[in-house]
Amino acid sequence: MSMMVIEIFGIAILAGIVGSVLGLGGGIVVTPALTMLFGVDIKHAIGASIISVIATSSGSAIAYIRDRITNLRVGMFLEVATTVGAITGAFIGGLMAPSVLYIIFGVLLMYSAYAMLKKTKQELPQEVPLHPVAARLNLQGEYYDKALQKSVSYNVDRVYSGFGVMYGAGVISGLLGIGSGSFKVMAMDVFMKLPLKVSSATSNFMMGVTGAASAGVYLFRGEINPFYAAPVALGVLIGATVGARIMQRMKSRTIRKIFIPVMAYVAIQMILQGLGIKLL
Amino acid sequence: MSEERMENQGSEEKIISAEIVVSKVLRIGVLVSGFVILLGLILYLAAGDSGYPADMYPTTLIGILQGTGSLKPAAVILFGLFLLILTPVLRVGITILVFVKAKDYLYVGITSLVFIILIISLLLGKAG
Repeated sequence: MSMMVIEIFGIAILAGIVGSVLGLGGGIVVTPALTMLFGVDIKHAIGASIISVIATSSGSAIAYIRDRITNLRVGMFLEVATTVGAITGAFIGGLMAPSVLYIIFGVLLMYSAYAMLKKTKQELPQEVPLHPVAARLNLQGEYYDKALQKSVSYNVDRVYSGFGVMYGAGVISGLLGIGSGSFKVMAMDVFMKLPLKVSSATSNFMMGVTGAASAGVYLFRGEINPFYAAPVALGVLIGATVGARIMQRMKSRTIRKIFIPVMAYVAIQMILQGLGIKLL
Repeated sequence: MSEERMENQGSEEKIISAEIVVSKVLRIGVLVSGFVILLGLILYLAAGDSGYPADMYPTTLIGILQGTGSLKPAAVILFGLFLLILTPVLRVGITILVFVKAKDYLYVGITSLVFIILIISLLLGKAG
């Protein structure tokens, strides 16, 4: 048992780094690792992954908020859509079979990877118009990019589409116990055209809030097994703290290049698992 | 126009200093919850026993608090996890104060709405 705790702890550190850099919350690593490597049933894996989402979010937010990468206004505005969606999802969740959840999760991830593929050459978004609603809500912002060593100001476009995708992201989050960070990043990056680092940091910030909305449901339903969740929480907190420092010094293009294959890989694994084909 | 701009800048500066406060409070929350989880895990590994029958652990807040009081490893871990789940709630709560301080009442409203939804969903979870 203690060997397993140490192994889960190690994987959780990795999950925290990946999650905080990419804005994915770490559930993307924890759920498949627990089910495929340790044979944990999907319910408890989801319970542990929602803990990983919160740990990634809070662990990385300490640095991201202090260094002003997170856009608090964008985060809070979109959070309205996401939290309402999360409650919807958490209650639909008990009604669906795990294999269906795997396939939905996989297909959705595959789509976001494809959407990202078109933007691999861009370091920062170019000539983004300021959407009138974004102007009214004062969503535009500025951050200091440690990789480019300059201050970057940015506009925000297509507020309505972003808001809609965020509601969907919330439903998925509640349904699968993941922060559905890929969808959050997609909404901000692809639709609202924020810089990737701002999207990632803001996604991380938000997914903890969304996660908390459904984590309570999971905790009191007994789906968070303390012996899996404890090493996950501790490892992810450490990983996320480190990851939030690494990310700021990376080029956005590099982050995007890691983002796409990670998502595609996990997407394929989840789809296969849902179809009953075991890889490991 | 220029006066309005200066007011905006003043409000942005208040937001910046307040963000540092949010970051610091968050760090305390993370450290405390992490410490409690670690304590529970060490107790568990040292005793080799969760304090409950096999594969059982408390699922009510009262059960978790009582178990924590008597230092049952599973309950201590769950209490730490519960604190961790509260850190985003705490973050939203403090963000409301950030916007109050910046006199940005639109965002005081938006953030308060998020806070209320969060509290409702946590309560729904307890009831369910």
